[in-house]
Amino acid sequence: MNAHAPIPTADAGCGVTIRQERGQRAVFCGLTGIVWLHRKIQDAFFLVVGSRTCAHLIQSAAGVMIFAEPRFATAIIDERDLAGLADMNEELDRVTRRLIERRPDIRLLFLVGSCPSEVIKLDLPRAAQRLSQSLSPDVRVLSYSGSGIETTFTQGEDACLAALVPELPRTEAEAVPSLLVVGALADVVEDQFARLFAEMGLEHVDFLPARRAGAMPAVGPNTRILLAQPFLADTARALEARGATRLPAPFPLGAEGTTAWLRAAADAFGVDPRRFAEATAPGLRRAERALGPYRALLGGRRVFFFPDSQLELPLARFLSREMGATLIEVGTPYLHRGHMAPELALLPAGTEVVEGQSLDAQMDRCRAARPDLTVCGLGLANPLEAEGLATKWSIELLFTPIQGYDQAGDLAELFARPLVRRTRLEV
Amino acid sequence: MQLTLWTYEGPPHIGAMRVATAMRGLHYVLHAPQGDTYADLLFTMIERRDARPPVTYTTFQARDLGADTAAIFQNAVSEAYARFQPEAMIVGASCTAELIQDDPGGLARALDLPIPVIPLELPAYQKKENWGASETFYRLVRALAGPKAEPAPRAGRRPLCNILGPTALGFRHRDDLVEIEKLLGALGIDVNVVAPRGASPADLGRLSAADFNVVLYPEIARAAAQHLQKTFGQPLVETVPIGVGATIRFVEEVAALANVDPAPVLAGAPSRLPWYSRSVDSTYLTGKRVFIFGDATHALAIARVAAAELGFKVVGLGTYTREFAREVRAEAALHGIEATITDDYLDVEAAIQAAQAELVLGTQMERHIAKRLGVPCAVISAPIHVQDFPARHSPQMGFEGANVLFDTLVHPLMMGLEEHLLGMFREDAEFHDGAAPSHLTRHGTAPSVPEAPEPAAPVIDTPPQTSAPDDAPAAWEASAEKELKKIPFFVRGKARANTERFARERALSRITVETLYDAKAHFGR
Repeated sequence: MNAHAPIPTADAGCGVTIRQERGQRAVFCGLTGIVWLHRKIQDAFFLVVGSRTCAHLIQSAAGVMIFAEPRFATAIIDERDLAGLADMNEELDRVTRRLIERRPDIRLLFLVGSCPSEVIKLDLPRAAQRLSQSLSPDVRVLSYSGSGIETTFTQGEDACLAALVPELPRTEAEAVPSLLVVGALADVVEDQFARLFAEMGLEHVDFLPARRAGAMPAVGPNTRILLAQPFLADTARALEARGATRLPAPFPLGAEGTTAWLRAAADAFGVDPRRFAEATAPGLRRAERALGPYRALLGGRRVFFFPDSQLELPLARFLSREMGATLIEVGTPYLHRGHMAPELALLPAGTEVVEGQSLDAQMDRCRAARPDLTVCGLGLANPLEAEGLATKWSIELLFTPIQGYDQAGDLAELFARPLVRRTRLEV
Repeated sequence: MQLTLWTYEGPPHIGAMRVATAMRGLHYVLHAPQGDTYADLLFTMIERRDARPPVTYTTFQARDLGADTAAIFQNAVSEAYARFQPEAMIVGASCTAELIQDDPGGLARALDLPIPVIPLELPAYQKKENWGASETFYRLVRALAGPKAEPAPRAGRRPLCNILGPTALGFRHRDDLVEIEKLLGALGIDVNVVAPRGASPADLGRLSAADFNVVLYPEIARAAAQHLQKTFGQPLVETVPIGVGATIRFVEEVAALANVDPAPVLAGAPSRLPWYSRSVDSTYLTGKRVFIFGDATHALAIARVAAAELGFKVVGLGTYTREFAREVRAEAALHGIEATITDDYLDVEAAIQAAQAELVLGTQMERHIAKRLGVPCAVISAPIHVQDFPARHSPQMGFEGANVLFDTLVHPLMMGLEEHLLGMFREDAEFHDGAAPSHLTRHGTAPSVPEAPEPAAPVIDTPPQTSAPDDAPAAWEASAEKELKKIPFFVRGKARANTERFARERALSRITVETLYDAKAHFGR
């Protein structure tokens, strides 16, 4: 376990306590992001350069999806590769060529770094450059790291999107201001947001990532970026480096979060408040109606979040403000103070936020608090259930459409279901 | 580098986890980067365990690389010892930690803990999960099994044996163990220690008290049992009691070692499989073409059951366990085929297609392959998904295991009567090709009507081609095409392929009704 660093107790200035913790972490690595990213970018392929462990992890995370001709695979490093680096680059080229021959429909190939490839310092950016030249113009090759030593779970998406940013077309300084929504969203959610922005009169709205490699949006000094996901620190920085401006906003979870998120864009583009109200009113009304029944179930419930995806803060804000739940502890693997400021401002005073993890200590706190609902990973869920605690496994929150007005009810239902189930079971 | 989409086995440290999780009072400290804890969910979700595996990970991150990963490791060992108070510990590295070359064994030794701490060397870039389990169990037994207990004189006491091999995340290990303990009990043999499943390090210290060892899963326990044989002179039984014949052999071998009479256990009809297999409904199973793939233990055992106890024809046999390739090749030779030794599922898929199997017995992967090919399938080996850790008692071993096997292997095929009816009434509304299974018919929808039997004459009556290239498929005459439609749909594809192959080999340019039946006679089994 990591040595405990002296822990500074910071106050975000809004009554929220932020504490850092180091030790054993029960989290996924960034490779896991591939499982949903490959479904979003439909002509991209993700080739992990790693060990059998990496292949085994993706297989465990992808479950049955592995057989629907998925667009990801692992180039497993073996003993021969470890003998010499030059040989390894040739091996990588050979594997890549074989892959592209088998999948001629691929337009964008990501070489994804892993712990083993990072530790032996295999130069994947250079490999990507080399392969890009030899496979051009049919296939572009990019690289990013999804290793556990550098990324936690959703940070894999951040690394992937950040790798895309330098490749995006440039818009001129005098171009019409445009809105760029950043973060992979379910197609259904993306379409809903596109309609809402259109009703507000925003004409230039793009999404990153796009659904196809050849259709990635342009970026420039007149681009305003709105983060749809809370884990996009590097991507936002890369976009800002290209002149784009980030619009601070809470994340579009729940009715309140969605409205505030949309309003950040509306304000930036000078949308008339009345028009904004008209555009959002039907969605807001539907969200309110959908959320109503769950308030009785979730109101007053004491909730404990283990760190997983960085979605914990916005989810906790939704549960406490819109559902009336009480927050015991909100764990997050990483906390970007800037991006999270609007969320922190909305959390109730006294909320305990813990960045990082020391697993056994955190489990002790959870057991002592005996929460009504614990949000945690699949490694912990059944053991905690066996101890009598109701759990909600957190990975589902990444695979299920939860953003926007029309998913607000579904989001509440995800938390309510384990509680309802407990009342039904009589044995 | 090997391009991999699916892997049959995890890395070797997963094998070590399977041993540690199976045991009590043992803790595993694994030097591993953040993220490797994904392995926990194999145990908590797939096997539905109610506690976290007894594994502490160092979960180092990039900022820790440098001097202090060794300190992190030592910290993890001390804290795990203080918190869990295990009787013994195993320590080792996952693939990434192997590269950074901290020495878990040496670092742990330096802490001088008052319990045995056993270092594991698991070369992650050469070896895999089953090897890791075998090596871990062997190291544990080597470190903890001595010294030789003075055996009580055999006169006046019941024979005593150890059962070796069942682990966590093992395919049906839980229920196999129940069956084997029942058999041994019926023979009047006592069980000294079951390991690794359920054993503590102290239990491993008592291994030498037994008269002999029963090895249930050779790929996990052979190395340990051979060590016990060498060190304590304990003989071992390695016959895997899967199937009726193998169970009888197992009982006889165990009885001989224990010097007891096997007759009472074998008397009567201890399994229903032999009668079920002889009953007339099973006649249609004769010569069914079956492809078998899995770990070596199960592939070998199931091949014998399939051929000798169910009357199938084994048209494919293979394993991903390279350590047992020789034995699987020898078994395949007995069936007149060549074994498929591979860990690439695409090779397995190609072999299944080439063998024209009518039933696939394999792992979770073969289940998906068979689904894609439209071939019936049953799961007989790990890797498996959550549904193959069933709530109900479902052993593979022993006489009850044979009952389970009969049901499991036969159910994916249509029952004999059902198959017969389908053949007889294939033109009827209920049985035509497009009809959904009766239990799936939705209320309120009109039953679909079979297509008019007369096809809208596709280009069939073309004049014979004079200069057709050798590999061009011969044209089907309308009458032959119509005759083909009368063959049950589930073998029609095969009939078409065989007939076309027959025509191609004989350079026939047209396929007539005669050709169809000539081909049938030629390829008939």
